[in-house]
Amino acid sequence: MIGQSVSLDAATLEHDGHRMTFDAQIAPGAIAAIIGPSGAGKTTLLNLIAGFERADRGEIRIGGTDMSGTDPADRPVSMVFQENNLFSHLDIATNIVLGIRPRLSADAADLATVTAALERVGLAGFERRMPGTLSGGERQRVAIARALVRRRPVLLLDEPFAALGPRLRRDMLLLVRQLQIETGMTVLIVTHQPQEAADIADEIIFMDAGRTVASGPAEGFFEREDIPGLADYLGNGE
Amino acid sequence: MLGRRRTATGIGAGLFVLCAMAGVIGAAVLALLGAATAFENTDNALFTGYIWTVTRFTLLQACLSTLLSVGLAIPLARALARRPRFPGRRWLVRLLAVPIGLPPIVAALGLIEIWGRQGIVNSALLAAGLSEPVSIYGLAGILIAHVFFNMPLATRLLLAQLDRVPREHWRNASQLGLGPWTVFRLIEWPFMRGNLAPVCGLVFMLCVTSFTLVLLLGGGPAATTIEVAIYQALRFDFDPQRAVALALIQLALTSALLAMLALMGGSPREGGTSGLIAQRSPARGPASVTIDFALIVLSAVFLVSPLVSVAVSGLLADFARLLSETIVWRAIATSLAIALAAAMISVAMGLCLIRARYAALPFAPRHAGARVFRVSATGASSLVLLVPPIVLGAGWFVLLRGHVDVFALAPVIVVTVNALMALPFVMRVLEPAHTTHMARTARLVQSLGIAGINRLVLVDWPGLRRPLLLAVAFAMALSLGDLGAIALFGSQDVVTLPYLLLQRMGSYRTSDAAGLALVLGLVCLLLMVLADRERGRASGAEL
Repeated sequence: MIGQSVSLDAATLEHDGHRMTFDAQIAPGAIAAIIGPSGAGKTTLLNLIAGFERADRGEIRIGGTDMSGTDPADRPVSMVFQENNLFSHLDIATNIVLGIRPRLSADAADLATVTAALERVGLAGFERRMPGTLSGGERQRVAIARALVRRRPVLLLDEPFAALGPRLRRDMLLLVRQLQIETGMTVLIVTHQPQEAADIADEIIFMDAGRTVASGPAEGFFEREDIPGLADYLGNGE
Repeated sequence: MLGRRRTATGIGAGLFVLCAMAGVIGAAVLALLGAATAFENTDNALFTGYIWTVTRFTLLQACLSTLLSVGLAIPLARALARRPRFPGRRWLVRLLAVPIGLPPIVAALGLIEIWGRQGIVNSALLAAGLSEPVSIYGLAGILIAHVFFNMPLATRLLLAQLDRVPREHWRNASQLGLGPWTVFRLIEWPFMRGNLAPVCGLVFMLCVTSFTLVLLLGGGPAATTIEVAIYQALRFDFDPQRAVALALIQLALTSALLAMLALMGGSPREGGTSGLIAQRSPARGPASVTIDFALIVLSAVFLVSPLVSVAVSGLLADFARLLSETIVWRAIATSLAIALAAAMISVAMGLCLIRARYAALPFAPRHAGARVFRVSATGASSLVLLVPPIVLGAGWFVLLRGHVDVFALAPVIVVTVNALMALPFVMRVLEPAHTTHMARTARLVQSLGIAGINRLVLVDWPGLRRPLLLAVAFAMALSLGDLGAIALFGSQDVVTLPYLLLQRMGSYRTSDAAGLALVLGLVCLLLMVLADRERGRASGAEL
């Protein structure tokens, strides 16, 4: 699996007279962190890329292909949400198999894939457990394992680790980084922890008031003074 | 959380209401039991045969009604959930709430006009060359009527359940490309199943205790339920022995059902069916679109047609003549007076119980007595369901017979029965509203030292006005439409609108009946619409 580029060109969305505009270019195989205040439109950006929301104007391309007429299932992306990623009445293996076989008709090879994916996220032997018996961090690992078996070139993470403690959050980010290196996929991650994100991200996109204000290399991004609103968001103003 | 004096009066008032309820219900039950032991010979084969037939039919029709109502509600709820946006969806979801407040006698009239011998359906079938039209009288009619009342209720409850599915599940389903069948198996069915047993239990209970619909649509001993048989035994055959035996069987049935309902997890959970499920994208594909809309349109036609029919034939009635009859005006006045009195008593009882429960709250962790009291205050309102109006009426009928003129006491008994009947609904409206209100204001009021009339005018009345009005409107609608108690105790002197309607239907004055039905239906719908608007604003009140 190899990453694909993601680009949004003046993709515009209107919600009850409230307009959001998105411009971004993410290189294939990069990890991009999306930061900004609550309500800035970070999740909406991911929803647009995943196809859960449709842009009223503008263009969204993945790997150079226009996505405007493509259903969420047919887009080359996987998305992990902050919670409720797993169906609570299905065991872990079945939850992951859904990523390969939407009709749940798994064969031995599929089960082997599931076992391998669980090993890669550090949950070997969890196949028959039920989601309710796992901790929050473990459940998010399962969600990432499912994203892995789907082998989609783009992975979207919507604050997936926000509910975890600092140590666990750092471990999970390192896991993402490691998996990205192994698979070469493109990763977009929405986060409320700019500093931690900067540790694993190649690029940073800063959003404010429904607009993508600025983007650039993670290196030195937080020291930049040319970005309106950034210092305020980071609490560095005054 | 309350001052000492308020705690004492609160608990005292609650105890008084509990004792009064226990007295009214207990006296009826004891009268029935006492009468049963007083009768000497019940081993008559004809007697037991009849009772057995009636009991079997009661259970049979309730089983079939539940199966049909819930069986149809599942695909309808799914279709509505899969189509979050289409013109008229909000109205359709509101329409599902109409049968709850519609007097059964009005609905029965509408159903007869549509499905009866001279109805639209049979005319169409005859025109299509079928010689044996459907008969609305008997099992088929009872089933149609029960589906008309309970399918919308079940649909609302299941739809609320589907509204509860986390948004991420729908997104996952569309991202993983799950087909409609897999979505049903993995998401829709498991979420609906969680509420299915209580919904079935509730519908079954309503069908076992249904009186008016069976009275109007049932036919002969072969299609009579226990409640209708009690009525016939008391009013037509003057056979108290049979009435007592039937009432005791009904009591045993409802207690068994209530116990089962409690074991299954109480009453069904309800949520706001706001009609806004924007998070779900509609299922695609021509097949699913066709099936969904076919279901939605058919259900809408099924629900709307009797209503339209009542409205049209009601408007064609000779209102000038109808309104010149004094008995019509008397019936309207009697109905409103009874409904208002019953609603006031019901709300007052509900408030006393709720206040008492609240007052006893601080003692619950330490005193077992306070816990028992709190539970019995809640249980009291559902115990009312144990004794359906007809059984309660039969008990009092047996108790008073021979001592006083039963029919002279009719207004008192009808008001009491109606007030008790409305109590569970009143409690469900008031209790959550009261809890939120107290959570918001109790500490503040105490720290500011607002008490007495000031507290009532400044804090409690503004905070609880809406739920109170809603409860009154709901209780009034229930009482206005009730035919159970008045059917037993009604006479030339005490006539309510449903009772007059029944008389006119019985004497084949169809045009009069249609006019009265329109008046009655409109008044009840108006009350429900008012209540519904208030409910939208009243926080915490769920129905």
